[in-house]
Amino acid sequence: MMSKQRVVRSHSPFAWLKWAAIGIALLLALPVLVVVANVFTGSGGVWTHLWNTVLADYVSNSLLLMIGVAVGVLCIGVPVAWLTSVCRFPGASVLGWALLLPLAMPAYIIAYTYTGLLDFAGPVQGAIRALSGLGYGEYWFFEIRSLGGAVIMLSLVLYPYVYLMSRAAFLEQSANTLEVSRTLGYSNVSAFFRLALPLARPAIIAGLTLAMMEVLADYGTVQYFGVATFTTGIMRTFYGFGDLAGASQLAGILLLFVCVLIFTERYSRRKLRYHASGLRKASQRELVLSGWRGVAACVFCCLPVLFGFLLPAGVLLYWSVFEAEPLTWDFLLLAWHSFYLAFLAALIVVALALVLSYALRLHPSRSVSTSVASAGVGYALPGTIIAIGVIVPLAWLDHRLINLVKDVSGDKIGLVFSGTIIALLFAYAVRFMAVSLGAVQSGLGKIKPSMDMAGRSLGLTPLQVLKRVHFPLLKGSVLTALLIVFVDVLKELPATLILRPFNFNTLAVRAFELASDERLVDAAPASIMIVLVGLIPVVLLNRSISKHH
Amino acid sequence: MSSFSSGKALQELNIRDLSVGYHGQAVVHDVSFDLTAGQIGCLLGPSGCGKSTLLRAIAGFEAVLSGAISLNGEVISSVDYLLPPEQRQIGMVFQDIALFPHLTIADNIAFGLKGMSSRVVSNRVAELLDLIGLVGYEMRYPHSLSGGQQQRVALARAMAPKPKLLLMDEPFSGLDAKLREELVPDIRQILKHEGMSAILVTHDQMEAFAMADTIAVMESGEIHQYGTPYQIYHRPESRFTARFVGQGDFLSAVVCGHDCLDSDLGRIRGVLSDELAIGTQVDLLVRPDDVIHDDASEFKGLVMSKWFRGSHFLYRVKLASGLVVYCFASSHHNHAIGQEIGINIELDHLVVFSK
Repeated sequence: MMSKQRVVRSHSPFAWLKWAAIGIALLLALPVLVVVANVFTGSGGVWTHLWNTVLADYVSNSLLLMIGVAVGVLCIGVPVAWLTSVCRFPGASVLGWALLLPLAMPAYIIAYTYTGLLDFAGPVQGAIRALSGLGYGEYWFFEIRSLGGAVIMLSLVLYPYVYLMSRAAFLEQSANTLEVSRTLGYSNVSAFFRLALPLARPAIIAGLTLAMMEVLADYGTVQYFGVATFTTGIMRTFYGFGDLAGASQLAGILLLFVCVLIFTERYSRRKLRYHASGLRKASQRELVLSGWRGVAACVFCCLPVLFGFLLPAGVLLYWSVFEAEPLTWDFLLLAWHSFYLAFLAALIVVALALVLSYALRLHPSRSVSTSVASAGVGYALPGTIIAIGVIVPLAWLDHRLINLVKDVSGDKIGLVFSGTIIALLFAYAVRFMAVSLGAVQSGLGKIKPSMDMAGRSLGLTPLQVLKRVHFPLLKGSVLTALLIVFVDVLKELPATLILRPFNFNTLAVRAFELASDERLVDAAPASIMIVLVGLIPVVLLNRSISKHH
Repeated sequence: MSSFSSGKALQELNIRDLSVGYHGQAVVHDVSFDLTAGQIGCLLGPSGCGKSTLLRAIAGFEAVLSGAISLNGEVISSVDYLLPPEQRQIGMVFQDIALFPHLTIADNIAFGLKGMSSRVVSNRVAELLDLIGLVGYEMRYPHSLSGGQQQRVALARAMAPKPKLLLMDEPFSGLDAKLREELVPDIRQILKHEGMSAILVTHDQMEAFAMADTIAVMESGEIHQYGTPYQIYHRPESRFTARFVGQGDFLSAVVCGHDCLDSDLGRIRGVLSDELAIGTQVDLLVRPDDVIHDDASEFKGLVMSKWFRGSHFLYRVKLASGLVVYCFASSHHNHAIGQEIGINIELDHLVVFSK
């Protein structure tokens, strides 16, 4: 029975996983490398041209947008986080999760909605004219399609990043910290500024940098509002002038901005570890706000939910049901396209994430951990950068292939990679690997190595351990990862716009196109569908937060 | 191969000249010991001494660099052979308990019972639940149990398939002291009741004394001594064992005959090894209970510190030579710190190490 042939000398029965992980990481890092390489190798002529013409505009607009949104998300996110985590007032617990709702609202969709509401032909100005009797140009009204408008739109949907991070930090500060400061003679208000705020600072900065990454990645809003930033510049250079080199150069500069943000985020996260020390007893809600203060707190926390989600979602729903063209087969086909693409992308991304996570679990060497870390780097990159980074190598590969086939058989073939959904799936894998890795790794981390050993010592082969222990325990995390990637792909606009095959539309692209044609009402059904699906990860997030506390 | 292996009379573990390590670097060096059927052995040593690595090698999770491990006369690990863990029929209990959170208590215990009728399985589960005192918990999930209950379930899960040998890797270190004191004798009783051979890994000597029939004291990947708890405590064969197990001090002494030593505390009589020549400088091991407070003694020392233990006082006493020793005194002899007291040595046997 115990044949001496069954020699197991190797410590690593799944050695191929290590090479698979390194291969996947190289593939996913390729687009970034391509963009970086273009910064240094691009022709000088393009560079001078950019510098002389548009670059100053792009830089100043992008910076102004970032500063404006930073102020906006801080002014909304931090106070509501503190109010809902430390204070007790009417509606506090409902608002605790409702404040996350704007996460489901993509910036470009909220921009279309408010434009439809507030522009000259919209119901608000129409009502003003009807009530006052004034005509066009005889009164002042806020121009939503401006840099200021973009700042407000982006702030309304991006504050949840700051809210989430700082709320977690405030909750982790033990009640004792506050009590100690009271015994040392600080009032609640001065304790907030002297203690709670400085302690939460790393978390706030981490949340802020995440929001800033989204600002840099945004294309739909700034394009629609006519604000010339890097992303619109990349699109214009690429589509308008067909200038791939120029687009890559711009993408490279944008990449520098992103790098600064990544390092800021990493740095503040490292500090976060040191700051979160002491007793981990979550603070009880103990600051009771009664009377007008409670009402004021409630109203203040309701405003972001109202303007960031309820109002625009309600308007979209109204338009979809009462004013838009009735649902057609075209729309159903569009939805099917989107769902099918998103589902396919989710399957691929999560499968790759599983390979990477298992490689790291079984071979925790430096080469594998570096690979896993670099595979996730795309989360910080705007879709436009990734799209450029994907199209350059794929187009090169396609031309090689076309020439090869022509030489060998004389046949002419089309674009195999860059003209099909392969390019899209590749870009999604780069962009969304990090979220999927995060979910899978946190699930896998809960399966302790000793559980593997317990299974083995109870007579299970490694594959049986996988089936009877890992599979049931990992199911939930894998499902979560699938859902999050699914929804993110559904919402993604710029990369899809650049890379989609000819005549292949998704909900996001359709909404963008209709809005660009000023058919805002007709864009509503596609928009509301994206928002509704976007609610799924918000619900998941909320569930995991309430489980945590 | 059935998961059951009941009815074998002799179940002996032999470890010969075993070296284990990672990346060619040995963590365990040339270790040899045997464990006879039904015995509970213990690997005792400070953290990083290689005891857990040795245990993992026995379980089959580590390949060996040299030497061999055999169970019932069959080689299960050697330089060019490693029987996979799942074929060894060796059970294991882990420090972090490692119950499967998605399975009920009954399903956890039944996890290793394969290829048996459901009646046999449920009988065995019921029997083990009774043994660990958790009848009625069948349908509960691990998270709803206390740490001590979870560790008992982990033990039952490992014992369910009646393994040839049970390994326990610091199974009590995650539990608080009071729980440990209750659980350790319980588990020894359960193992003895099942007649199961077992090896416990721990850094806690009280746990080792309470649990084991034989103890291997390990340091830096080597076994210093392998013997009964009594031998380990009273007849330590190395300075490390003497220091690591129990409290004690080394008293300088000179050999003055085959049964006598001269020391700061006078002439001490007892059996010595014949190899020690007269005049050899040695260190004598004295335990706290070897040094007795005696007001009438001619040997005096200064009280440095003291602990009241209810039934007795434990003093730390500084001798004229500057050496500091522990000293037991009846709890009526309450002396102040800084006071001079008389002490005497009462030794049954001499443990000496040449300098």
